[in-house]
Amino acid sequence: MSAREFWRQAFEIMRKDLKIEGRAGEVLAITVPFGAVALLLLPLAIGTEKSMLSRIGPGMFFAVTLLFGMLVAFRQSATEEPAQRELLTLLGIDPAATFVGRVIASSLLLLGFELVLTPLDIVLYNPDPVRGWGWLIVILVLVAFGLSLVGTLAGGVTAGLRTKSTLAPLIVAPLAVPLLIASSQVIEALRLDRSILNWIVLLIAMNLALTVAGVLTARPLEETSR
Amino acid sequence: MTTPLIDLADVGVRFGRLTVLHGVNLHVEPGEGVGIIGPNGSGKSTLLRVLATLLKPTTGTGTVLGVPLLNEPTPTVRRKIALLGHHPALYGELTLKENLEFVARLSGISNSAVASSLQMVGLGGAMDRRADHSSHGMQRRVEFARVLMTTPSLLLLDEAHAGLDKTATSLVEGTVRQVKARGGSVVLVSHEPDRMLPLVERTYELVRGTVVEGTA
Repeated sequence: MSAREFWRQAFEIMRKDLKIEGRAGEVLAITVPFGAVALLLLPLAIGTEKSMLSRIGPGMFFAVTLLFGMLVAFRQSATEEPAQRELLTLLGIDPAATFVGRVIASSLLLLGFELVLTPLDIVLYNPDPVRGWGWLIVILVLVAFGLSLVGTLAGGVTAGLRTKSTLAPLIVAPLAVPLLIASSQVIEALRLDRSILNWIVLLIAMNLALTVAGVLTARPLEETSR
Repeated sequence: MTTPLIDLADVGVRFGRLTVLHGVNLHVEPGEGVGIIGPNGSGKSTLLRVLATLLKPTTGTGTVLGVPLLNEPTPTVRRKIALLGHHPALYGELTLKENLEFVARLSGISNSAVASSLQMVGLGGAMDRRADHSSHGMQRRVEFARVLMTTPSLLLLDEAHAGLDKTATSLVEGTVRQVKARGGSVVLVSHEPDRMLPLVERTYELVRGTVVEGTA
């Protein structure tokens, strides 16, 4: 298969997934409000001591992104029916193209999720201003992409299993922990005016490793899920 | 001598300790329609999944569209196979038209073929309706529209008349005839032989996972 055909297939999968999400509205109508409520609950629970909220704000943001982002990340895989999977197979779609298309669609949705919650996190937690806020955009993109990779990979591993809705989060959570730690540490390092290079490298390396793993395992996972 | 589109020899399928198919021999020539009759649980749907190259047999040998059963077919071969199973392969949030457009774009078919296919199955006025807002019968018609649009060489129909009213019988017949007229083959499975018999040249009976009878 040519590279052009591969990307055309990935684009069609992405377009279909985004269109389905646009109609179902699960991210905007359900996940974002729940994420916002989760961010709101903690100040109510622990009090409004400004210094503490400022300190935990970035970590809370990424924890909420991780927990609710999981739902976004493997939504398409989790809701896909066997007949739909078989249709994609008989259409001759490269499973790796399906994986890539799904990851891009989930990344865009997760990025939207993060962009809506970021101002809310700033308002509620009033984190200390740090140098290099531009890096936040890079971190948001890397976390969205990494979480999408983990979620889509977990969706592929659990496809065809009756316990997939329970099993997938159990796979995603430990794999997403390095994303959570690295992203929170970048903000902390920026706050303390330290180097963020190590954490950025960790995020990029994780994303690269997960991309390679997802692309290489897409076909065998698709075959075993039938 | 023509190459058979389907040639199975002593094929069996097991899921763990459960034997679903065993000793199945099936031979289908181009342009031929074959019916497989059997009660619920006899293994008809499993056999169709083997023929669709979606399930590898546990035992036996054979070819589908010239590809050995144990090999993974190329995308080009897979695109020549259409399987209409129990559950329509549609995305509920997309409209009937969008579902077909998705298939058309991935199959290299122009979007103009989508509207004409939907017209042919009597859904010209409902193409902008969401699939999950459409009846099961309408969803089945969309699947037939997909077959008409993609022109497969091997059409596999699982309970082809299920969910379709009597007026749609001509749709099933027309689709089967069109595939056969192009030199393609059709395999229909059903537990109701009456509506299937006019569409096939030969029938097999599948009882408890094995072919026990074939009629010319």
